[in-house]
Parts: sequence; C-alpha cells; structure tokens
Amino acid sequence: MSQHATATPMVQIRDLSKRFGDAVAVDGVSLDIARGELFAILGSSGCGKTTLLRMLAGFEQPSAGRILIDGVDVTDAPPYERPVNLMFQSYALFPHMTVFENIAYGLKKERLPPPKIKERVAEMLALVRLEPLAARKPDKLSGGQQQRVALARALVKQPKLLLLDEPLAALDKKLREHTQFELSNLQYQLGTTFVLVTHDQHEAMTLAGRIAVMAEGRIAQVGTPGQVYEYPATRDVASFVGNINLIDGRVTTCEAGRISLQCPALNAQVAVLCEEQLGAGTEICVAVRPEKITISRDAPDARDRNVVKGVVRDLGYFGEQSLYRVLLQSGAVLQVSAQNIKRMATKTVEWDDEVFLSWEVASTILLRT
Amino acid sequence: MTTRPSINGGDSRRWLRTAVLVPYAWLLLFFLMPFLIILKISFAEPVVAQPPFTALLEWGQQGWAGIHATFENFLFLFEDDYYGIIYLASLKMAAIGTLLCLLLGYPMAYFIARQPPRRRQILLMAVILPFWISFLLRVYAWIGLLGNRGLINELLLKTGIIDTPLALLYNDFAVYLGIVYSYLPFMILPLYSNLERLNLDLLDAASDLGARRWQAFVDVTLPLSVPGIVGGCLLVFIPAVGEFTIPALLGGADTLMIGRVLWDEFFVNRDWPVASAVSIVLLLLLLVPILWFQRNQDREQEAAQ
Repeated sequence: MSQHATATPMVQIRDLSKRFGDAVAVDGVSLDIARGELFAILGSSGCGKTTLLRMLAGFEQPSAGRILIDGVDVTDAPPYERPVNLMFQSYALFPHMTVFENIAYGLKKERLPPPKIKERVAEMLALVRLEPLAARKPDKLSGGQQQRVALARALVKQPKLLLLDEPLAALDKKLREHTQFELSNLQYQLGTTFVLVTHDQHEAMTLAGRIAVMAEGRIAQVGTPGQVYEYPATRDVASFVGNINLIDGRVTTCEAGRISLQCPALNAQVAVLCEEQLGAGTEICVAVRPEKITISRDAPDARDRNVVKGVVRDLGYFGEQSLYRVLLQSGAVLQVSAQNIKRMATKTVEWDDEVFLSWEVASTILLRT
Repeated sequence: MTTRPSINGGDSRRWLRTAVLVPYAWLLLFFLMPFLIILKISFAEPVVAQPPFTALLEWGQQGWAGIHATFENFLFLFEDDYYGIIYLASLKMAAIGTLLCLLLGYPMAYFIARQPPRRRQILLMAVILPFWISFLLRVYAWIGLLGNRGLINELLLKTGIIDTPLALLYNDFAVYLGIVYSYLPFMILPLYSNLERLNLDLLDAASDLGARRWQAFVDVTLPLSVPGIVGGCLLVFIPAVGEFTIPALLGGADTLMIGRVLWDEFFVNRDWPVASAVSIVLLLLLLVPILWFQRNQDREQEAAQ
C-alpha cells in the first residue's frame, strides 16, 4: 500500500446515493480504496452495504454520485463492461456447467482463444487447489469447494477490483477460520484490490486492512480494525463492533484534557480523557470494553483508574476467559471479561461475591451522543 | 431396501397400502381394462353382427377353446399407404402446433415469472381461465370468429381492408390456430414453474462475467429451462397427435389427422378391429416420447441427488 499511497486510489466513490422510491438505501457515501487494499464494508442488514456493493458491480444504477475505478468513471457502465468481478454470497455457480466451464465462462465471453482459456483456467484451478474436480458439476461439491470455484471464477478475468459478498457466511465455523487465512493469503499473493461486504465483525476484522462501518446508508467510521474497535466514533459503531458497556453521564468538570462526569448508572464520578473543552452539564456517553475492566475482591489502587462496586450476578466460564455480569447498586449491569491466566486459580471471583470493578481512565471511550 | 419397524405398528402401514391401492385399482379398472379390450378387438375380424367383431376365444366342437386372432388389421395398416401418410401428417401437425405453442408460450411464461408475485397470480389465473368453459364450446366459438361471415372477415370487409372474405376456416391454418389456442396453457404452466425457480443471481453472475443480457439468456436461462420445455412440449404434443375435435370442427376435408380416421373407422365404416389397430399403433407411437421423457426426468433426479 505504501508505494501507491500517493497514486490515485483504485476505487473512488463520490457522494454516492441510491433511493428506492421514498427509501434511501445509500446516502451520500464517499470512500477512497487504495490499490491492493483488502477493504471491508461492515454493517447490520439493511444498512445499505449490499446496495453499495451492487452499485460497484453495476447491477444497480446510483441515484446520484460517481464511481471511479482506476481513475475511470464507470458509473454508467453496465456490469459486463466493468473491470470488476463479484463473488456472490450464494456463489451463483452455473449448475449446468462443470467446474472448468464455470471458471472458463468469463474468458469465453472475452473471446479468448481456447488454448489460452485452458491455460488460464488451469492456473486458477491450481491456485484454489481444485484440479482433480475440474470435470464435476457444482452440486457434486462441498460448500468449501463451491466457494473456491466461485472465487476462481471471479478472479480468472484478473479484475482490478474483486467484490466479495459475505464470503464466509455459508461456511461452517472450522472451514471459516481456514478460509479466512486462505483468502488473505491469496489477496496478498495476487495484489488485487478486494472489497468485502459483511455483517460479521470478526470476518471484517480478521480479513480487512481497513473497515468502513455503515449505518442507515451512511459511513459511520472508516479505520483499521484497531481504530474502529478501540476508538469507535459513534455509539452505533461502538455497540456494533464487539461487546461494550455504554454509560450515559453529565459533565461536572473539564480541565487539563480530562473530563469528570457524573454517571447515574454507576452512582460515581468517571474520568475520561478529552482534548476538547466541554461545558459543565453537557450530556455525553462513555464506553468501556469488557476486557478493559479488572475485577477484584480487594479494593484496587484508584490512581488514574475509574472504580465502581458491585455484585457478581452471572458468570460464564469459557476456558480461556470468564465473563462476568456485575450488578451495580443503581441496578445497572456491567459486562466484564477476564483472561484465565492461572491454571485453576485459587482466589477466583464467584457468584454473589462483592467485587470492585476498575479500568484505566485512558481506556475509557468518549462518545458524543 | 430395509424394512423399518414403525412406531405405531402395522396400522398406519395398512392405511397407506389401502391409500396406494385405490388409485392403482382405479387405473387398472378404467385404463388398463379398456386398453385390453381395444387390444383384443384389434386382433379380431369385422363381422356384420352385434358386436361387430369376432370373439377372441372360440369354442370348438369338442369343447376345445381355440384362440381366434389375426394380425390382418395391423398388416392392413402397413400395406395401405393411406394410414402411414395420416400418421405422419398427424405427427407433423402436432409437432408444428407444439413448436408454435413453445414459441408463443416461452416469452409469456418468462414474462409472467418476472412479474411481482401479486401480478403473477393474476396473470396465471388469466392463463387458466379458459378452462372454465367447455373445450368443445371454445373450439366451436372459433367457427364464429373465422368463418366467411365470421367476426374477423366481417370486420375486415367493413373497414375495406379486403374485398373478398379470407379463407380462415376449414383448413390447416384453422387447425394450428385451434391447437395453439387450446393447448397453450399446457405449455405455459410447466415453463412458468421452471422459469420462476431460476436463481436470478445466476443472471447477475453471467452479466458480471461479461455476458450481455441476451447472452446470459442463451447461456443460462435457456439451458436451465430445458426440463420445462420438454415437459410443456410433451403435454402439448401427445394430446395434439390424437386430437379429434379441433380437426373435425376447424379442419378442411383435406386435413388428415389420425383422430378423424379413428372416428371414421369406428362410426362410419363400423370396422372396429381396424379402428382398434389404429389406436394401438397410435399409442405405441406416443409411448416412445413418453418413455424418453421419463428417462430424461430420472436422469435429472439422479443428477440432483
């Protein structure tokens, strides 16, 4: 990515909108996606991500805005004239064609000479390790094999941009983890720009270099998985990506890059870092991830930490970690997760234990409501 | 196959057996028996009597039962070119009629299958609606439309487009029209149910891979609709070959179809044995495409598994 950082982005989306009647599916989206990037568009169903994908592929005509691919405006180009290929969520393999014919289809439409087609399809078959299955029909393949055929078929035309619609959704858990690594290896190997659309945050975070979180037709935040997770820009992003405790409060003091706020739910003052100057009384929201909270039976050192007291109401043991739901005096519940670092630790927190919860002021996320 | 003990014992199985038995008994009684009777008559000789054919079993003087059968009737069909020509003519008319139904029915089925669900129901209803009126009446109505003084000719004459009435009735054209009109729903329905199931992602995929709309149709829609095409064609072709009403009411004197010959042999010549032989041969002619279709379907089911 770095060597192309100054070059034109592979995909430039400018103020793109799509309306279906009165409903606005995509609302003024602008995005730059760099050459060779693995970019994810993450959002819940109905957030407009699929419509955005279909506009990139050319199946949907935007109501407004432009799409440029490699500097060329393709907004009005039909799908068959775009240097873009799509791997469908349903794979959409042609059931009456063999694996070979499926992969060869795009090249045939390009009117490539047959020996050349054979060579290119063979290359793709080798890439996705399906050579022995070339003569099979899709319904004689497993889900994972079908997925690889779909991938090969979409890649064989060497598109400038490969779109993937929920690429792992149809696979079972084991296969999904395996395919995840395969997919990112393949992307690295080929250097093709990948844009994947998903509602699964794990899929987006493990695969993508950058993520755009979409909500209600707009881009809520664009960033690396780390940025989106640790510094969510909005409440929507914070609650959609990972588990989080959201706490409403009112500013009491604001000085030296640090805000103190009164949170009725915690029945306590919470400190959060903030560069901005916010007036006393401003209503804001803070958030803290469950794994950032330390749970203990003894009172912790309160320096630079926010501390509250509560009672363990629920406890889930997951092997590598335990999840606690801690009831506070106000009736609010905080989620806490703790790594089980010691084997069968003796001094564990149990049901109904009175505990102290504490987290660093620096791990507290400030969200503007 | 293994037999599995069912939870509620033999009771449900006995019911199942009865439920299966009834339609089989029905078929046996009303399909196989008449067929066997016709088969029997086809081996008899015509006589002027009641019934007008000789019995299959003859009781000899010594009380021996002798079989009195002759292949004369079948030989007669093969010796006389007349029948061969008529069989071919019937097959040809049915084939052309089927082709016309396909050419007309495919776009209609395709169009209906691409409508929003509510409109689909209305359009399908419109396809089935003619069945609410007797087939005979509907064919008869065409006489009123196509005749020399019929609606169409009157209209064309009055508007001055033609001076003399067009010969629309009592010729092959009228028979084709009747076949297409009567059998079009049988083409549309299986095609519709096939085309409606088509995964539209496949068309998007073809388009994404560089196919124009018509190419996507030729490469994806058409080959995947072959079962619907075969089903529709058989549903039209098989009854059309033996069709009697349409050629009798709309056809000319020179419109030769096996259904009319059958009628003539039975009721004009009163040669029941030859008439029976004609229908047996017709049945055998039609059995071939049916068996082919069956085999086709079996193979498809195998592929689906």
